[in-house]
Amino acid sequence: MNEMELLNWVRGPGLNIAVAVFLLGTIWRLFEIYSLGRKQDLSAPRNAAGASGWHTVVRRSMPPPGMLKRSPVSYIGGYAFHIGLAIVVFLFAPHIVLIENLIGLSWPALPSQVVDLAAVVTMAAMVLVLVDRINKPVKRFLSTFEDYFTWAVTFLPVLTGYLAVQHLLLPYTTMLALHILSVEILLVVLPFTKLFHVFTLFASRWYNGNANAHKGVPV
Amino acid sequence: MNRRPTIAEQLARQGISRRAFLKFCAATASLMALPPGMAPAIAEALGKIRRPSVIWLSFQECTGCTESLTRSHSPTVESLIFDMISLDYHHTLQAASGEAAEHAREEAMKEPGYLVLVDGSIPIKDGGIYSTIAGISNLQMLKDTVENAAAVVSIGTCAAFGGIPMANPNPTGAAGVQALMDQGLIARKPVINVPGCPPIPAVITGVLAHYLTFGAIPPLDALGRPLNFYGDSIHDRCYRRPFYDQGKFAKTFDDEGARKGWCLFELGCKGPTTHNACATTKWNDGTSFPIESGHGCIGCSEPNFWDAGSFYKALSAPADPLSFAAGAAVAGAAVGVGMSFMNRAKKSSAKAAHETATLKDLEK
Repeated sequence: MNEMELLNWVRGPGLNIAVAVFLLGTIWRLFEIYSLGRKQDLSAPRNAAGASGWHTVVRRSMPPPGMLKRSPVSYIGGYAFHIGLAIVVFLFAPHIVLIENLIGLSWPALPSQVVDLAAVVTMAAMVLVLVDRINKPVKRFLSTFEDYFTWAVTFLPVLTGYLAVQHLLLPYTTMLALHILSVEILLVVLPFTKLFHVFTLFASRWYNGNANAHKGVPV
Repeated sequence: MNRRPTIAEQLARQGISRRAFLKFCAATASLMALPPGMAPAIAEALGKIRRPSVIWLSFQECTGCTESLTRSHSPTVESLIFDMISLDYHHTLQAASGEAAEHAREEAMKEPGYLVLVDGSIPIKDGGIYSTIAGISNLQMLKDTVENAAAVVSIGTCAAFGGIPMANPNPTGAAGVQALMDQGLIARKPVINVPGCPPIPAVITGVLAHYLTFGAIPPLDALGRPLNFYGDSIHDRCYRRPFYDQGKFAKTFDDEGARKGWCLFELGCKGPTTHNACATTKWNDGTSFPIESGHGCIGCSEPNFWDAGSFYKALSAPADPLSFAAGAAVAGAAVGVGMSFMNRAKKSSAKAAHETATLKDLEK
């Protein structure tokens, strides 16, 4: 298989399979999670100022007092790579063309140099949080194979995309094919790992906040 | 056979001045990305050598490559190329036909070390019966001719990579020259791939001039293409590249963006994955190239370009419709609903099996 055949495969059958697995897994897990339900809480709600599901959605995005100083890499690094990823994924022109082809929506793109910068910042931040995870004994102890695996499948698309655009390491066509392949691996893996937080994050925050509000605890 | 005249002798006989010849060599040097100081060396090398015999074999092709060659940059270059080499066999360009034509090929093959130029792919399915010349299958003719050749130049994407005849479903089992060597169907000789549909005229003549000057194969990329012509992608050399970087794209062929000459990426331009000299050498005496005339690159100098999805679909868009998506979504919903019923059943059976703990149980 030459690089053009590989590119044709990842753009055609590969993408078809990856999107199918992604949709199947995502819809399956959303149905399963949201149908679980909880026992009805029969206690009388205790109201506390500022306590609500929506409050928690916002509140949990902010570092608690003192934490920014104690764990700057987690917060700043975490923010940097999440925002960076959003810029790279949603504001790079070729990506918008893909999204438009898939769901019909499109929006203006950022200049490619800005996206390049975002990609570099994203990769640097991701490497930092990984080093921090390995260096800090507690974090290392809490980490499982899944944590490293999901880091890798998230990092690879950014790395291969950057290398492709910059013409580094391998010819552009090969690197582009590897980039698309790495995204397809990410799509397949996403519904079945902790990466599923892209769908559940805000809903679970709201749920927790709502339950705590019922108990009169603003968190 | 008479001693072949050297190119210098041949040119003198035709009244072409030394000055005109040097000018041609200087143009060739710049075309091959060589320093200007190389022009005299080229002149000396070209002047000394005997006109090498060239056998041009046309197989499953459309004659577009020959048409391209005959529109070489300027008539003088074209005539020089025809005078520099002894083109002993070429369907379209030779005067002879039938028996006489085949005889010319056989005569040329008696003196080993000739150059074989191939355009068109070779069908190998069913014993290669899908294309024959003078009753000889293309595969057999190529096999016989390549046997004593110094090198093979595959002119055009069909000869280099199989091209359009090899496109899905490839009914004739078409293959390029390199693929046949890899399969051991013909003798292994040095191969220069000069793909394109057709290749740029100046690139064909430039590759030949390089071979004649240095007597060796030029540096090639992984696909056997001369790096001096195929080293850069169209996208990297495109004059519309700044618009790509700014995110300015033509959305249709006649919108404001198209009129302003913005990037054609969204209209399916394959420039990023295509390696050729179109954006620099250009076509028709350096007039323009497809992107300059408002149409995206179709990637014709790359393998499998015909099967790489629509020419009008952006490179980052899916090549085929996502046919599994709807089924997968329905299956996912079904599995999810099934799982939720299972979970509920588990919950209610746990509830049913629940026994209230009493003080007595704890004292047990």
